Amino acid sequence: MSTAAVLDRAVPVTRRRRGGWSWLRGVAITVVTLVFALPVVWMFAAAFKTNVQVTDPTVGLVFPPTLENFANVLADGAILPAMGNSLLVGVVSTVLSAVLAVPAAWAVGRFGMRSTGSLVLVARIVPAISLLVPWYYLFAQAGLVGSYTVLVLSHMFVSVPLILWIMISFFEGLPVELEEAARVDGLSAFGAFLRIALPLAAPGTATAAVLAFVASWNNFMFALVLADENTETVPVALFSFISYASTDWGGLMAASALMTVPVVVVALLAQKHIVAGLTAGATKG
Amino acid sequence: MQSHSVDRSHRRLRWMMLAPALAFVGLMIVFPLLFTIDLSLTDAFGAVNAGAEHVGLQNYGDALSDGRRFWPAVWRTVYFTVGAVVLETVLGLALAMLMRRAFRGIRWVRTVLIVPLLATPVAIGILWLLILDPTNGIANQLLKSVGIAPLEFLGSVSQSLPTLMVIDVWQWTPMMTLLLLAGLSTLPEEPEEAATVDGANAWQRFRHVVLPMLGPTIATALVLRSVDALKTFDILYATKGPGGGSAFEAETLNVLAYGLTFDYQEYALASAVLVLFTLFIIGVVLVLRRYAGRGAA
Repeated sequence: MSTAAVLDRAVPVTRRRRGGWSWLRGVAITVVTLVFALPVVWMFAAAFKTNVQVTDPTVGLVFPPTLENFANVLADGAILPAMGNSLLVGVVSTVLSAVLAVPAAWAVGRFGMRSTGSLVLVARIVPAISLLVPWYYLFAQAGLVGSYTVLVLSHMFVSVPLILWIMISFFEGLPVELEEAARVDGLSAFGAFLRIALPLAAPGTATAAVLAFVASWNNFMFALVLADENTETVPVALFSFISYASTDWGGLMAASALMTVPVVVVALLAQKHIVAGLTAGATKG
Repeated sequence: MQSHSVDRSHRRLRWMMLAPALAFVGLMIVFPLLFTIDLSLTDAFGAVNAGAEHVGLQNYGDALSDGRRFWPAVWRTVYFTVGAVVLETVLGLALAMLMRRAFRGIRWVRTVLIVPLLATPVAIGILWLLILDPTNGIANQLLKSVGIAPLEFLGSVSQSLPTLMVIDVWQWTPMMTLLLLAGLSTLPEEPEEAATVDGANAWQRFRHVVLPMLGPTIATALVLRSVDALKTFDILYATKGPGGGSAFEAETLNVLAYGLTFDYQEYALASAVLVLFTLFIIGVVLVLRRYAGRGAA
C-alpha cells in the first residue's frame, strides 16, 4: 500500500475519534472556563450588593443591585486620589521604560547580544525586596521616600526588563530585509531603526506598554514601602481598607472591581496581543 | 574598507542604543545587590542613618540557626512553590491539550484565562477572603450543599498555606496553559500523524510524541513559574498580614524578609536572609534548567 493510501485511510479514523470525544471536550472546557470566570464574576456581583447581602451566602448572582458601595468608595476620599496616583506612576514609568528599553531591544534583536538578554533574566530572578531594602535605606537617607520620583523609578525596575524581554523577541521576528533595503536607499542604521523598525514594531510596543502599565497598576510592595499617604497607589489604599474596615465587604469589592475593570477591558479588546506578549520568548527554549 | 567602517558604526550605534537601559538596570539592580551584601555583614538596625559596624558573618549564623522563623519559612516557601507549580504544570498541560485545536468560542475562553493573570493580586486576595470566609463565604455554602463539612480556609493555621496554594493555582494555571499552547503551536504535525498511522492511541501519542517535543517549553515555563512562585508576596501579605498570621503560618522567606526589614527594622539580618534567599532562587533556576528539560523529554 502506498503512503498516500495509508494517509487517506488514516484521516477519517482520527476525525471520527475526535467527533466522538468532542462533546466531552466541550463540557470540560465549559467547566474550566466557569472555574476561572466565576470568582471574578462574584467580585463584580458583590460590588453591587448591600452589606447585608454580601455576607449572606444564600444571595447568589440574582439580586436588586445597588450603587451604594461605589458611592461610599468615591466619597471615602482615599481610593479616588490613589487611582490618580496609580495612573500617573503607571503612565510615566511605562513611557520612560519604553524609551529606554525599545531601542535596547532592537540592538539586542538585530545584533544578537544574547548575554544582554540574560541580564533581563537576572532582573527577574532577584527578589524585589532585596532591592527594596537598599533603595529604602538610601532613599530614606536622601529624604526621598514618599515622592513620585522614587515610585516611578522602582516601577521602572519591573517595566524595563519586561519591555526588553517582549521587544527582543518581537524585533527578532521582524524581517531584517526591509531595514537592509532602507540602508541601501541611503538611510543610516539609526534612520532604519527610526523610520522602518519602530513603525513596524508599533503593535509589539503597544502590547509591551500595556503589560508594563498593568504590572505598575498591580504593584503592591514598592508602593507599600516607598509611598506616603499622598502618593499611595490603589493596591496600598485597598490594603489599608482591609485593615481599618475589614467588615465593609461591599466597599472592598467595589474598590476591587474598579481596579479590575481596566484589566478586563484590556483582556477583551486585545487578548491576542496580550497572549503574544505574555508568552514572548517562551518557545525558544 | 567600507564594510569595516559600517561594522564600527554598527557597534557604536548598538552600544548607544543599549547603554541607557543597561545603565538603568545596573544602577537599580547591581548596586543595590552589592549594598544588600554589604549590609548583611553589618549590625544595621533601627534608624536608617544610625550607622553600622561590620560584624562579619554573624547575621548568617543567626539566620541559619533560627529554627523558629527562618527554617519554617524556608520549608513553607518550598512547600508552597512545589505544590503550586506542580499542580499548575499538570493542570496547565491538560488545559492546553484541551484547547489545542481551535473551537467555537476559543476567543472568550482565552479572554477569561487572561483576567486572573492581569488582575491585581491584592484585589484577588481580598476577593478570595470574601469567597472563603468561614461563616459568610460562598465556598462553605457550596461545600454544605454537597454534604461536605465547612472548612476554616484562611482562618486556620493549618489550612492557610494549602488554601493560598490553591488560590495561586487558580491565578497562575492560565499562564502555564498559555505558555504551553504557544509551545504546542510550534510543533510539527508529521510525527503525530505518523504515530496515528502506526496505530498509537491518543494517550500514546501524547506521552511518546507530544510530551517529548514539548520538553523545552515545559522546562522554560517551569523556570519562569517557579521563580515567580518562590517570590510570591502580594497575595500572602494581603490575606494574612504581617508575619503571615498569628502563628506565622503563611510566612515564606519573602514575607519574613519584608517583616524583618519594614516591621522590625532588622536591616542587617533581613539582608542576610535576602542574600540566602537569592542564592536559593538562583540554585533552583540552575537545577531546573539543567534537569527539567531532560526530565520532561
